[in-house]
Formats: sequence, structure tokens, C-alpha cells
Amino acid sequence: MLTTEERQEIEVEMARYPTREAVCIDAMKIVQRHRGWVSDESIRDIGELLQMSSADLDGVATFYNLIFRKPVSPHVIMLCDSVSCWIMGYDRIREHLTARLGIQFGETTADNRFTLLPIVCLGACERAPAMTIDNDLYGNLDPASVDRLLEGCK
Amino acid sequence: MTLEKPLTKDIPADGRALDLGGYERVGGYQALRKALRDMTPQKVQEEVKNSGLRGRGGAGFSTGLKWSFTPMGADAPRPKYVIANADEMEPGTFKDRHLMEGNPHQLIEGLILTAYANQADIAYIFIRGEYKFSEERLARAVTEAYAAGYLGKNILGSGYGLEMYLHVSAGRYMCGEETGLLNALEGKRANPRAKPPFPQVSGLWGKPTIVNNVETLANVPHIINHGAAWFQSLSHTKDAGTKLYGASGKVKRPGLWELPMGTTMREILEEHAGGMREGLEFRGALPGGASTDFLVPQHLDVPMDFTEVQQAGSRLGTGTMVVLDDKTCPVGMVSNLIHFFAQESCGWCTPCWSGLNWAKQILKALEDGEGKSGDLEKLEFQAKFWAPGHTFCALAPGAAEPLQSALKYFRDDFERHIQDQCCAFQRR
Amino acid sequence: MGTIYVDGKPYEADAKQNLLHACLSLGFDLPYFCWHAALGSVGACRQCAVKEFKDEKDTKGKLVMACMTPAKEETRISIHDPEAVAFRAAIVEGMMLNHPHDCPVCDVGGECHLQDMTVMTGHDYRRTRFEKRTFRNQYLGPFLYHEMNRCIQCYRCVRFYREYAGGNDLNAFGIKNTVYFGRSEDGVLENEFAGNLVEICPTGVFTDKTLRRHYTRKWDLRMAPAICGHCGAGCNITIGERYGLLRRVLTRFNSEVNGYFLCDRGRYGYEFVNSEYRIRAARLDGQPIPADGAAQKLKSLVSGGKAIGIGSPRASLEANFALRTLVGKDRFFAGVADDQWQVITAMVRILQTGPARSASLHDIELSDAVLILGEDVTNSSPRMALNLRQAVRQQPFEIAGKLHIPLWMDDAVREAVQGVKGPLFIAAPGPTRLDDVATKTYRAAPEDVARLGFAVAHEVDPAAPEVLDLPSELRDLVRIIAGALKSAKRPVVISGPSCRTESVIQCAANVAKALCDTGRPAALGFIAPECNSFGLALIEARPLSEAFQVAEDGDSETLIILENDLYRRIPHEFVDGFLGAVKHVIVLDHLSNDTTARAELLLPAGTFAESDGTLISSEGRAQRFFPVFAQQTDVRESWRWLGDPTWSTLDDLLAALAQALPQLAPAVKAAPSSKFRMAGAKIPREPHRYSGLTSITANISVVEPKPPDDPDSALAFSMEGTPDQPPGALQPFFWSPGWNSIQAVNKFQNEIGDEIRGGDPGVRLFESLQSGAYFTTIPAAFARREAEWLVVPIEHIFGSEELSLRAPAVAELAPAPYLAVNAGDAASLHMEEPGGEVEIDLGSIKHRLPLKIVRELPGGIAGIPAGLTPARGAELPAWCRISKAP
Ligand SMILES: Cc1cc2nc3c(=O)[nH]c(=O)nc-3n(C[C@H](O)[C@H](O)[C@H](O)COP(=O)(O)O)c2cc1C
Ligand code: SF4
Ligand code: FES
Repeated sequence: MLTTEERQEIEVEMARYPTREAVCIDAMKIVQRHRGWVSDESIRDIGELLQMSSADLDGVATFYNLIFRKPVSPHVIMLCDSVSCWIMGYDRIREHLTARLGIQFGETTADNRFTLLPIVCLGACERAPAMTIDNDLYGNLDPASVDRLLEGCK
Repeated sequence: MTLEKPLTKDIPADGRALDLGGYERVGGYQALRKALRDMTPQKVQEEVKNSGLRGRGGAGFSTGLKWSFTPMGADAPRPKYVIANADEMEPGTFKDRHLMEGNPHQLIEGLILTAYANQADIAYIFIRGEYKFSEERLARAVTEAYAAGYLGKNILGSGYGLEMYLHVSAGRYMCGEETGLLNALEGKRANPRAKPPFPQVSGLWGKPTIVNNVETLANVPHIINHGAAWFQSLSHTKDAGTKLYGASGKVKRPGLWELPMGTTMREILEEHAGGMREGLEFRGALPGGASTDFLVPQHLDVPMDFTEVQQAGSRLGTGTMVVLDDKTCPVGMVSNLIHFFAQESCGWCTPCWSGLNWAKQILKALEDGEGKSGDLEKLEFQAKFWAPGHTFCALAPGAAEPLQSALKYFRDDFERHIQDQCCAFQRR
Repeated sequence: MGTIYVDGKPYEADAKQNLLHACLSLGFDLPYFCWHAALGSVGACRQCAVKEFKDEKDTKGKLVMACMTPAKEETRISIHDPEAVAFRAAIVEGMMLNHPHDCPVCDVGGECHLQDMTVMTGHDYRRTRFEKRTFRNQYLGPFLYHEMNRCIQCYRCVRFYREYAGGNDLNAFGIKNTVYFGRSEDGVLENEFAGNLVEICPTGVFTDKTLRRHYTRKWDLRMAPAICGHCGAGCNITIGERYGLLRRVLTRFNSEVNGYFLCDRGRYGYEFVNSEYRIRAARLDGQPIPADGAAQKLKSLVSGGKAIGIGSPRASLEANFALRTLVGKDRFFAGVADDQWQVITAMVRILQTGPARSASLHDIELSDAVLILGEDVTNSSPRMALNLRQAVRQQPFEIAGKLHIPLWMDDAVREAVQGVKGPLFIAAPGPTRLDDVATKTYRAAPEDVARLGFAVAHEVDPAAPEVLDLPSELRDLVRIIAGALKSAKRPVVISGPSCRTESVIQCAANVAKALCDTGRPAALGFIAPECNSFGLALIEARPLSEAFQVAEDGDSETLIILENDLYRRIPHEFVDGFLGAVKHVIVLDHLSNDTTARAELLLPAGTFAESDGTLISSEGRAQRFFPVFAQQTDVRESWRWLGDPTWSTLDDLLAALAQALPQLAPAVKAAPSSKFRMAGAKIPREPHRYSGLTSITANISVVEPKPPDDPDSALAFSMEGTPDQPPGALQPFFWSPGWNSIQAVNKFQNEIGDEIRGGDPGVRLFESLQSGAYFTTIPAAFARREAEWLVVPIEHIFGSEELSLRAPAVAELAPAPYLAVNAGDAASLHMEEPGGEVEIDLGSIKHRLPLKIVRELPGGIAGIPAGLTPARGAELPAWCRISKAP
């Protein structure tokens, strides 16, 4: 069941597009903002609201990398793996992160605090290497600054 | 001096955004007032066409010409749409973010003027999901603009009305391709669409649609304010205006600078970026993002505009260059790039989804010291396979550019990977 | 038409088409994947690349996708240009990077479009050393297997399934080289046309699950041209046999009828032929007897005189005519309940007299405004529903036209048109499977459906009778429908027997006549309930109730029932009484059923796969089918059991038929006679690669047995004969050098997608259009009753038809019996919650049924599934008491 809040937010979006289908990406993102990810059940609920089948929605959801169809932990780390960051030492940051968190890309730590994902160029090439934690951007990373950032996460 | 940086001069140095009051104080929305008061839509189109503004999204298509295809007049299909392409996902590119975070109203005013020129009814700003600050600041600015009467039913009492919405994307490089973007906005998989029909004729929901890059749009208010001739005069070369140039990689001061169009690569690198870091040599650069051909030291004096860079065998692209130094492995760099393109292929056309993956596998093998003789020929074959027209959209042709030029300029490095069965560069 | 140049030579091509279409029409072998004649171009696979030159002087040229490039006058292309050749090979190479090398164990091996294109492009060496991607397969229901590893990402499946057939439970998931085509989770594919994926998929991702149970390669199939017998649409099919089993059904292209597609009932219903319930030997009083003895017995029972015959709407013209000749035309009766018979004969009369033309399925597809009266077409004439789905695209095509987008640019047209749909109105007692594309729906009792139709006719032409007391809220609807039909160029009115109400047919005729009389050439698309309902009507059978009278009056000693289970048609007590009133009951049929159980003499009648015969479709098209089995057992055509001894072949029978029934004389020409020869030889049913011909009995004898003879047709049970293209009606299979898959059909058309070279099979019978008069009897409005419901039958594609229900895969999808009412009525039964059971008095019996709540049903109407107990044999619609089961 969608919450009243989710429903209301989706309805606001509906006023902005001429078709229900057009709202589907926003709808999935709204649910994700509230719950962290989009479950099969949420897909069905959104489908009911927008008159779309699960296959319709899943076809869209699986196209876009920022829609999570699997649970993630409260803190999502996305490390840029594109060219400028690669030149500036992405490998070292990745090794540091995976060693420190004990997980690989696509995984969640055992204590369910961090999920680590790769991301394409964050448009922060002038401060490469860069990553986001919970969509906040951090650049000029080195192992020490990564450690500080992780410690800062509640 | 300040006039030479119309796009960036008003961006606060402290990292905050210029708010509505601040924007109006530096002459903001005067262009809109002027256009609504004194200019017909045709006149606005004409001014932009005469200015010689070329699209800053990568392809460099004449903005005025693009607009001239929009069906105008009473029997034009309705509603018409304009879209700001704020997807900025080209690796190595970070210019639109700067404009949106620092001066969101400039983009909004440019978008309203574009809408007015094309008599559009609805505007969308299509922004990538990772640009949190840009999103917040644009959202606030749109609200401010509505409150101030710059948006809505009857803008400044002119009788012209426009609604503007922000659409935050859910990711994927393909969304930046303008027809993929249309599908994304319609809530579909962002596969590209066939052209023709062009979006100006049959675009969003089948209606006339103009898609322009953020930087392109940001230029429009200044052109309307100061005129086409002024805009032409800003440039060093034939291609008009200023350009946001950037440099990333192992230069002393990576960054972004608004400079006259046609500034040379050498000037950007040496004067603005401070040259290479200590102990490193310049080996080459992608002049305008991931999908442009490498330029090498012999090209340092090429003026960075659309025409000249093309003559040098590459493309200006987004104008933000990625610099390769002599201690970084070109094979690794290309491998990283092709990995990106393979991963972002929408999966629609065969050369792209299939060929990119194969090239990615070969490059990975080279890096891992598992290259085989014949691999370079296969890579060359693939790069040709992705030529413009061979694929459905420009993603795979874009991928071909760094690959084919690297094979040309850094062939020794590739060959050594196969001979030595390892990568000779040390990675840190 | 205009001139295009291909490799330097001039050719005529249709300038409104694309270059791929042009090249294929000209007979060139240009490979393709994502394009399909019925689906148009999207330019995804990039397989059809050719070199295009600007003008005569241009020697460099550039590669273009033929399917995405208009075949404009003066276009210059090269297919053989080395760059184009290399590019096309590279495309196949790209696909084969992931495609498993599993042809030997793949069901489409040997008839795979990917195999053909691989050979055609010359890609033959694997240059990659990396691993292929792998997928998990899904369970998709009883019809299809899923083997995703074979996918080449051409997107045809989702384009057909979603855009063409209107399904929404199949989609493309993910991106890059790992796009997955399937459902969001395992489950039965919901769309009634899913089976077409077998032919749409150019490789082996979606394969025929029923075929796998008795698998045979295409080259080992003996094949024959046949007509689907599972509804009245008359779809053309190719059937394949091996070792005495019917193996599969494929689409046989006919541009006027079914085009490239079939429904799943037609594709998968065939397995009844192999059923364990088949009657394979004659029986007398339940004991097997030899065929000769049975024929003798038949003769003696009939020669006593006073025999009466019950014909069948699912038996061929020939079988019915043989029976009619045997018993005499006054003693031949329709094996259909009287109310149904009235509806059927009314439809035939209307089509014979006009003024509206009988619409072919193709005509229906091209209609730009549709009114459906009383039918859930997807369930009653499935293939027609697929045509109707395309019809709603006709008006919006104008939007694309204005934007100068050629209609074959499929995605571009859909993007330009977006969701806009042309006018399609549905008036029916309940929801229908076309509601999603309907402009407006009207759900009402059969009489109210008829009243709406009459009112529309009057609105179009004031000379048509007026419906006086029409509620005001309906008047708007009537105006909207009439307006849409009037402003259309090619309007069509669809109706049929599902309401079992003649006035529904009459009102449809009035609407069509009103349109025609006011200068709009409307067509009528009537739905014949069974494969030969219209044929039976044209043979002039007498109503069934009169047969009862004859029997009751003691005027008959022997009753012959032809391919008909009377217990499905009329209440069992009537059948019992009828059968009890005669001394001898003779039954001819394929499968044992309640009627065959009552036979004194039971004769094994050949199914469509074992018989020659002619069927008259909904359109009024006479089409011939041919046996794929050579006679092995005592099973033989009904007409052969019953036929006049002077008829030695089918031709003799047909000659007699033409003489006795002039209205059916053209039907004789539905196919060439048995004397037809090509290059002096018959047409082989077995393909040139048929294997094992000389070794089938090698364990017994090394002498090659002579192939069995087929005296009745120009087809031979052998592989000998010319490889030239026979007339369409005699086309046993599509196969052409280099084209082993079903795509070979390209090679049999002049223009791709257009008729079979030499003309599509079949002869239309209804063309003489005088002008009939308006029907004037308008039924009274429906009035619901206290504590009673009007129970109507609800057609189900899987379940309502007799023979396909005996095919296991189809039976798996048949609904369990239920009774449906709307939520308000459920509440009045004190059954707000689903899951409860109701009791219904139907005929003389009380039935217990699970209650189903169907929101869209009008109040006072209840529905039960047609053809299944208790609707089976019941007289419907009927007023019934319904109550909550204790
Ligand atoms: C794969 C691909 C990605 C693209 N991404 C972007 C992008 O992120 N931002 C952008 O402005 N243009 C992008 N483009 C270019 C757009 O298709 C389009 O040309 C541009 O938005 C037009 O605006 P302009 O004329 O103002 O440059 C991309 C093109 C391709 C082929
Ligand atoms: S080149 Fe082809 S597969 Fe690649 S992104 Fe464009 S359309 Fe999609
Ligand atoms: S058939 Fe032309 S691109 Fe696929």
C-alpha cells in the first residue's frame, strides 16, 4: 500500500504531465525516497495508481540505474568510476573503500549501514576522484578523507 | 573585461547561488522584458540565428536554425514544448552544473526566451538525478520566477504564458541524447527515436519540441540584451560567443573557465590550468568529453572552436577536456571509456550493444596482460563498425572517437601490452 | 511506383514503401531481423544495411538501413557493395557473440531465421574468445517455452506482443547487451496471441511447447494446407504430421484473411486430433466392427427409408452435403439450437442481400471507424480482434501523414500519434478484451444493445426506424457513434451470435444499411460461431426442432448425426427424448462424447487433418482444406462414409453439390481440382529434405513402399514433384532456397505483405448486393426482475469451443465454471465478498457455482461461461433464480 504522503506526492507530479505513464519514473523515485528502494509490492501499487502493468513499470525501472529494485542500506555510497576520476586515482579509493567496508560494488555491509555502488561521471572532474554519500558530493578524495567521511555517517 | 564573461561573471564566488533579487540587480530578466515588449517571436529567433550561437551540448548545431524548423502560427500543433537538457553525463564534463548551481535564473530566463521564440506552452528542465544542488536551486528559482510573474499564464502582462517544470532523471547517459530524453520524459525506456521526424516537428508526446543544452540556453538572454553583433565579437574565431572550457586530469589547477570561443588548447592548459603537474608531460587530451577524438601535442595551438577542432580530427564536444599525461596508461584510459559506453548502451542497435561489449572485453584483456595478436585489428574493426549512420544514435559513434584516435596516436602502447603481456604503467 | 536502381540496374518499386520492402518484393535476398511486414520498421538490428549513392556520379556512397530509407524515385543503392556486405556480416557476428551454438538441440534448428541470415551474410568464423552472457528462463504457460540465451535483441517479440496485440505482461528489461525479454515474473502469458511469438521471434527464444512433446524437424514433417476449425474466421493454417501424429500448426499467410498471425486457440487447439478419446474404429452397439461391415450396416439402416440427418456447423460442406443427399433435402436438419440457427441464417441472408459488403478480416483492419454490437470479439472470433486492434490506428495515421512520416516507420508513427485511437465503440452485455482500445463502451442486456444499434441506424438515416423511448443519457452516445461512423471513410459494423438474439444482428444490418444508403460504403463484419456455420446455412438445412417433430411423429426410424454433440446444443432432456424416439442412431464423429455414447452405429470420422473439405468463413469465403494424413486406419472423411456410391472422388461430389445448390457453386473453385498438375506432377506434401523416406520400414523390408495415393486432391503424399510455387490454395508449406524459416513466405508474394502470388486462396460467395429493407421490429427495453437474473453466456477463447477444449494445452487455460454478476447484485445476494457459491436454477436442474464479481456487468444480468457446464446445452439467455448457496 502506498502511504497517503507518497500518493499525494505522486498526484502533484500528475499535474505536470499529460499522461499517467509519464509519471511512472517520478512515482518510483518518490517511493524510493521514502523507503530506500522499490519492492515488487510497490511496483504493483504504483501500477494500480497509474494503470500500468508490473511489466510496464519494471521495463522502465530496469532501464534506469538510479531506481533500486533491491534493498539498500541507509547510506548509499556511489563512487565515480569514469575517466577523470580513473586518471586521478579511482582505483586506490575503490580498493580502500572495499577493504574498509568489506564489500564489493553492489553489496551492502553486514551491519546494513553502507551500500557501495559505482556511478558514472558525477560532473565533478575538477575535484576527482569524487563520490557521493546519500547524494552529497565529495571530491579530491584520498583514503584519509574517505575515512573521515565514513566516520561522519550516523 | 567583465562583459567578456557574460555567463559566469555574476556567479557568486562563495559557492552560493544568485537569487532572484541578485539576478535582477545585475540586469536579470531585462532580456525577457525586452523580448516580450519589443520583439516578436520571429525577431527573437532571428537575433539568435544572426548571433551564430551553436549548441553547447556537443554537436554544435546552429541554435537559430534548429528553432526555425518549429511550426509556427495559428495552425501549429499544440502544446509545443521546450526542454533544457541538463543531463550532463558526458564523462569529463562539468560545465552545466556550474551554471545551474551558480545562476539558476539565467538558465530559466534563457529557457523562457527560447519558449517565447518558439511560442511554446510548456518547458521542462531535464536534470540528472545526481545534481542535488542544481536541482534544489533550480526548484527554488522556478518558484521565485513564478512568484515574480516571469512564469505562468500571462507573463509580465504580455499575454504570453508558459508553465515550467523540473524533471529529475533516474540516471543513464542515454537520457542526454535528445530523443532518448523525450522517451524518458514520457516515462518510457530511454531508447533513442528515429530522425526524421525531428523533435521540432514531432517530439515530446508527438508535439513540436525544442531541446537545448543548459549552456546554450544561458547565452540567450545575453544575446537578446546585447545583440547578435556583440555576441559575435566575443569570440576569437568564426564560431561566436564565449565558451565554458574545462580541464581535468593531472594538470596543476583543474577547473572551468569562461573564455572567448577559439581560445587555444595551449592557453587553456598552460595559463588557466597551470600546466601539467610536476614531473608529468602532456601526452594528449580529449578536447570535449569522452566521446571526442584524442588531440596530441601537435594540436596544442588549435583554437578550440567547432570548426577548427573538427579540422584537427576531433570535435569540440562539450569543451571540457580530459588530459592524458605520460605516466597514465592510454590503454587503461580507453578501456575505462569503452567500459562506460558499453555499460550505458541502451541495448537498441546491434553494433552498439554487441560491439561495445566485445571491445570492452578485448581492452580489459589487454590491460590484464591477456592481449592476443589480432586484438588491435578487432578494435579497429569495431571502431569503424560504430561509425555515424551505422548505429541508431550517436552514442556508439561517440565511443568510436577516443578508441580510433588512441589506436592511431598511442598504438605503441597498445602493441606493448600484447608483446609484454602486461601494462607497463604503474598505477597508484 | 517509381524507378530505383539496385547495383546499377533499374527496377520498379513502390515509392511509398521502404527499400527493404522494395528489395524483398523484387526478390533480392536482403537479410533483416527487426523489420516485419506486419510490424514495420524501427531500425534496431541494423542488419538490412545497403550502400546508398546520391546520384549517378557518387561512387563513394554511404551505408543506410534499407528498412528506414524510403524507396523514392531515382534512389540508387547497392546490395553487393563490399562495405555493405562486410557490415551485414559484422551484424550477425555481433549477434552470434552471445548466441549459443545449440542448433542441434534447438527446436527451430533448420527453420531458424537467424541461421538463414547467418548463412546469407557469410559470417562463419567465431573471432571472440570471451564468455557469453547467460540468462534464467521463465515459465510462460502451456503454449511457449522460453530460452533467453538465444536472444539477439531484435525487439520483435515486445513490439508484436505489446504494440500489435495489446498485451502488457511481456516487456524488455535492462539495457546494453543484456536486455531481457520476458515477464516481470514467471507466469502464463496473458495475451491470446502469444503463440505468434513462435513465428515472430527470428530464433529460438519462444518455441512451441506442444510441438516439443512430439518434436519433429520441419524437414521431417509432411505438411498440408488447412483451414482452422476452431471458430468461423477461417484462418489459413499449415499443419504438419509425422508418424501418425499431428505435430503442429503454423500460420499460412493469406492477406485477405489472417495475414501473418493466428490466435492461440487456432495454433494450439490441434492436439485434439491426437487425443486418446479419438474414435478410430467403427462400433456397432459398442463393439468394434470392420469398416466394410460398418458401411454395409449404414446402408441397410438408411435403405429402410425414413432416415433423417442432422448436419453440423463444424463439418465440411462436403460432409453436410453428402448427408443431405443421403437422407433427402427435406430430411436434413441443422444441428444447431433453433434460436442460434435463426441468428446464423439471419446473418447469411443479410450478407447475401446487402447493401453492406461482407468485410474480410483485412477490410476490418483497414476500417477507420468500428461499431461492435454484442460481441467480445477476442473470445468469439479471436483473429478478428487482432484486426480491430489495428483498425483503431487508421484514423490517427492521418496525424502521421500530415507530419510526412511514412506509415512503415513504426516507432515514429506511434510517437507522433501517441495514444490517439480511432473510433471504436463496443456495446455488449459485459466487459470485453477490446475495451482498452474502445472510444466508448456500453454495457447492457442484449435487447438494449439492439436498441442502441437501431437508434444509431436511425440517427444516421432518418428513414431507418426510430427507437422511441430511448433514455436521454443514451441519446448522446447514439449521436457520438453515428457521428463517428458518418465521418469515416471505411466504417464497419461488427456483430455476431454471442447474444443469441436476432435483433442484435438486425440492428447491425440497419446501421450498415443506413450508412450505405447515405453514401458511406460501410461493411458488415459478422461472426460465424463455428467454422462452417455459414456453410450449413447455405446448404439450406431445416431447423432442428422440426427434426424432433419428425421423430416424435414416428416418421423416422433412423437418425444420422454428423460430427455433432447434440448435448452441447440443446438441453439434455430434449436430446434424450429425440434419440429415444428413433429406432437407430448413427453418429459420425472424431472424439467420444455424450452423443457418440448413444450411437448404435458409430463411425470414425476424419478430423480436418484427415479430410478434404470446404468451409465457409464469416466473411463468406469458401476455403478448402486438405488431409495431411494418408489414410491408415478406418478413419475416413464423413463424406466418404455417407457419400453417394457414384462419387468416386471429391471432384464428383463437388460437381453434384454445384448442381444441387447453385448458391454454393463458386465454392467448388476454392481450390484446383484433383486433376491439377504442375509439370505433369502432383504437389508434394513432403519437403525436398524429407528424410527417412526409404528407411521408415527398413527393419521389415528394404523395398520402398509406394507412397499412398490421394485421389481427391492435386497433393501427393510424397516428396516428389516440382519445387515451383503452386496455387495458394494448394501451398503445403513455405520454403525457399536460403529461406528455411516461416519468413520464406516473402518469396511467395509479389509485393511483400500483399497477396500470395497468383491470388490468395478462397472464393467469396457474398458479392451480389441488392438492397435489403430495414428491419423494423425493435425489442422492448430490458427490465430487470425481482430475484431473477437474465443469464447470458460469456464466450471464452479457451474453453467455449468444443474441439480445442480437448487439446490439453488449451484445456489448461479454460476457466472453471462460475457465475458472474456485478458488485451491487452480489450485495443483493448477500455476497459482498468474493469466494462464495451461488445456486442457480437453469433448465430443470439446480447448479452450484462459485460467484465471480465483474464490475462492468449491468445490474440484473448474470454471466456463465459458454460451452461449459451448466451453459453447455442450456437455452440462453434465460431468466433464472439465483441465490446464495446454503
Ligand atoms: C549519447 C548522448 C548523450 C548526450 N548527452 C547530452 C547531455 O547530457 N547534455 C546535453 O546537453 N546534450 C547531450 N547530448 C546531445 C543532445 O543529443 C543534443 O544534441 C543537445 O541537447 C542539443 O542541444 P544544443 O543544440 O543546445 O547543443 C547527448 C548526445 C548523445 C548522443
Ligand atoms: S547507438 Fe544504438 S544501442 Fe547504442 S545507445 Fe544508440 S541506439 Fe542504443
Ligand atoms: S531490419 Fe532494418 S534495421 Fe532491422
